[in-house]
Amino acid sequence: MQAVKIVVTGPFASGKTQFIRTISEIEVVSTERRISTPAERAVKDQTTVAMDFGRITIDKDLVLYLFGTPGQRRFDFMWEILAEGMLGFIVMVDSTRPETFREARNILDTFRRYAQTPFVVAANKQDLEDAWDPEDVRIALRLDGRVKVLPCVATRRDSVKNVVLELLYAILEELSASR
Amino acid sequence: MALRGNLRDFHTTQLLNLIHLARKTGTLTVESRNGTAQLCFKDGKLIYAALDRQDGRLADVLIRAGKLRPEQLQALDLSRVQDDKVLGLKLIEAGYVTQQDILASLRAQMLDVVYRLFAWNEGAFRFEPHLQPVQNRIPVPVDLENIIMEGVRRLREVERLKEELPDLDIPVRLTSRPEAIRKVQLSPEEWRVISQVNGRNTIEQIMRRLNMDEIQIRRIIYGLLQAGLIELGAPPPAAPPPGVPTPRPGSGVSRSVVEKLINYFRRM
Repeated sequence: MQAVKIVVTGPFASGKTQFIRTISEIEVVSTERRISTPAERAVKDQTTVAMDFGRITIDKDLVLYLFGTPGQRRFDFMWEILAEGMLGFIVMVDSTRPETFREARNILDTFRRYAQTPFVVAANKQDLEDAWDPEDVRIALRLDGRVKVLPCVATRRDSVKNVVLELLYAILEELSASR
Repeated sequence: MALRGNLRDFHTTQLLNLIHLARKTGTLTVESRNGTAQLCFKDGKLIYAALDRQDGRLADVLIRAGKLRPEQLQALDLSRVQDDKVLGLKLIEAGYVTQQDILASLRAQMLDVVYRLFAWNEGAFRFEPHLQPVQNRIPVPVDLENIIMEGVRRLREVERLKEELPDLDIPVRLTSRPEAIRKVQLSPEEWRVISQVNGRNTIEQIMRRLNMDEIQIRRIIYGLLQAGLIELGAPPPAAPPPGVPTPRPGSGVSRSVVEKLINYFRRM
């Protein structure tokens, strides 16, 4: 059986674990721990420290693994390990927290260094009132018009499916271009 | 959808860059311990700016600029005229000021507000789209590129420049708007940098070629980025340790596998 993987990355509390949970066929294998710093605890109780792992069986010969990275810099030793051999990656951004945009850009650049694979940006939490429009997120992240910045609500299956599909289209385009 | 945030995380130059590139129309309000600023934009151009109680009334602006004396206003019994367009016409007809005086004074007043805003390091902001500018005022459209460049030139915080541009080993390229460069007043140093931007040279290479220091190159590149004149390219891949072949990411994956994945998700 062939296994392929997609990595879901992004800043702390951007919705990576939820994104994988929404679409995985198995209960997500999560390495969450209680948060110790008061500033981060104000955002959420638990955070991923090593990785999240989800699986989708495509058919008897093919399985897709979804790996979620820890969002905090102190766990970034895991990033390169998780990035190895990935088909592409998704950068999750919390559209309601512009204070995390700079970190999202830095994570994106780091992953592009690991692998020149296709990627898309998911402007998450678009269902919330204060969410920035995906096109504003694009400018804030200094991304050119060729990069797909997609509206996303990580709790909604259709929305997550659309983000994954757009990444797969980008991968297919890249494969066609390199033939 | 309103844009909300804090200048602590998203500086005034970045906000103006966003409004400029997205050609936004609306009102930006910033509230901080320094005061409250209100800026109005139309199609990505600044058309009105006021700080606290100085609401940008034409009479006040002209008096502050030394173009008009209070007694001249009183002589024409104009002190109660609320509509600045009406007031401006009457002042021109009376020969007190010229149209050029009015436009230049309003422009200088707006720039004064924006440049003060550049010095604010924190303050809650909200941008509300499609809000009409304040009534009874004369809108004077001002392009944002030059304002942004000037704002970055005034940026004193080295730490902020480092945070915004942490990595100098990234190539830069010109954006697809060559006409924009002609509209911006660049310094000779900024032109020297522009001349080295070709999509291949990294920021670090440009710095070395032009014999600049790190802060100088960071400030210029950040300014050019914020003014929408250049953009960052993809960072070069990290070099593998000696003797280790570079893995091809996702290599071995055929087109048919990706198509199979796409079909699966389409059906899902």
